Amino acid sequence: MNGQDILKALYDETLVGNAPRVLELTAQGLESGLGPDALLFEALIPSLEEVGARFERGDFFVPEMLIAGRAMSGALDVLRPLLADTGAETVGTFLMGTVKGDVHDIGKNLVNIMLEGAGFQVIDLGVQVSPEKFIAAIEEHKPDIVGFSAFLTTTMPMFKANMNALEKAGLRDKVIVMVGGAPVTQEYADAVGADGYAADASTAVRRAKDLIARKRAAAVPA
Amino acid sequence: MHTVVRSATKELVIGPDQPFCIIGERINPTGRPKFQEELRAGNLARVEEDVRAQVAGGAMMLDVNMGVPLADEAELLARAVKLVQSMTDLPLCIDSSVVEALDAGLAAYEGKALVNSVTGEQDRLDAILPLVKRYGAAVIALPNEEDEIPEDPRKRLEITKKIVGVATEKYGIPIEDIIIDPLAMPVGANHEYGKLTMEAISLIRDEFDLNTTLGAGNVSFGMPGRHTLGSTFLTMAMHAGLTTAIMDARTPQMVDAIKAADLMMGNDPWGANWISAFRAKQKAQAEAEAAAAAAAQPTT
Repeated sequence: MNGQDILKALYDETLVGNAPRVLELTAQGLESGLGPDALLFEALIPSLEEVGARFERGDFFVPEMLIAGRAMSGALDVLRPLLADTGAETVGTFLMGTVKGDVHDIGKNLVNIMLEGAGFQVIDLGVQVSPEKFIAAIEEHKPDIVGFSAFLTTTMPMFKANMNALEKAGLRDKVIVMVGGAPVTQEYADAVGADGYAADASTAVRRAKDLIARKRAAAVPA
Repeated sequence: MHTVVRSATKELVIGPDQPFCIIGERINPTGRPKFQEELRAGNLARVEEDVRAQVAGGAMMLDVNMGVPLADEAELLARAVKLVQSMTDLPLCIDSSVVEALDAGLAAYEGKALVNSVTGEQDRLDAILPLVKRYGAAVIALPNEEDEIPEDPRKRLEITKKIVGVATEKYGIPIEDIIIDPLAMPVGANHEYGKLTMEAISLIRDEFDLNTTLGAGNVSFGMPGRHTLGSTFLTMAMHAGLTTAIMDARTPQMVDAIKAADLMMGNDPWGANWISAFRAKQKAQAEAEAAAAAAAQPTT
């Protein structure tokens, strides 16, 4: 297989979530002289974008999205250290968690997959994440963005509790806050003082990139 | 074991030797922005529509949830409970995780309600079980705790044991007034979740003989053919010991599957319910055909 064939095969096997094949092709690609950035940006990311698009059209279902995400994660574990060596600027770090009192994680996991698929480094704290745990993780990982997920109207008020904890810890200006979940609206996101909200996974990725770009632009003195 | 709930005039018995109890779930604004907006403005018209649809679909109890962000849930829930009780004599399941809202809903209710729900954390048990006791209600308990929904059915049984212990010994709630929701997780996220949920139901039945319920829609989340998955899961879960489910009664495929399973499990003597449901459908169809024929007839 030449480089183009490998990229095409990597795209196709990621799309169907064939994790062992994706790992093989990643190794094969590197051996044949393809750069880690080529494998990522010309095969893995476009494939995950297609997975997301099919999911949103209703042509793909949750298990298919999950196995595609798992296949990509395997390749990323191999590529991430190599990418760091090339000194390529990372898209950003995203710390994610479902709020305290809430155990729903499918939507959050789908957003994680799309974020990873777009090149973000995602740190997932899981479900039932207390404000204290969010604060400790923000201090440890210094993410660009923290995402609070809630699936219940009864757990959405934890957004506000988390925001208060951020204020109290003096971290509010250090991190971008995004919120999401089935019952969440833009209006509610505004009411709790979040920086961003998105109704679905691919919008969340666009919004996250946009917020980071704005923050980085603002940080550069004119 | 029998759990008895009541409205002002009607009693309903839930148990393994009874027809499966369909709890209509639709009186709930979650994920319905328009409904939420109306409720915030104090307009409960859509509640009436939902009640009519659930009753027509075959609901035997109704779940009432008024969880609207940025609104006074306690006041809304009390109003909704009164409104629903003015429309139907079905017993109600009062659904909130806000203690004040449960209190207001229970205070407004006439009869013996079912409270939805309490989880296994000590502070939740201590906040909600006294209300259940004070109003003489029954309660749905979820065997999950801080940090996790345990995947292992034995762990769910363990938390069930703890909840039953606290409810009966500390708060004096009769054991038959506890219904366990063993937490149906979506098979789309893990193909073993259906099997694990059924194992948890059987364990809870065998160990405590308690009634069990679950949200029937959860299991098929994110998958195609949801009604087929839902009805297959429900009938299998019934055989494992499930005695009630919180579900949208407007899905005839699922309601029919439940009624068929009632008969197969020996809970529909002489098939009388099955036959009368068939006749009702026949009659509705004949009437629809007659109406269509009359409409096609030229008027003279």
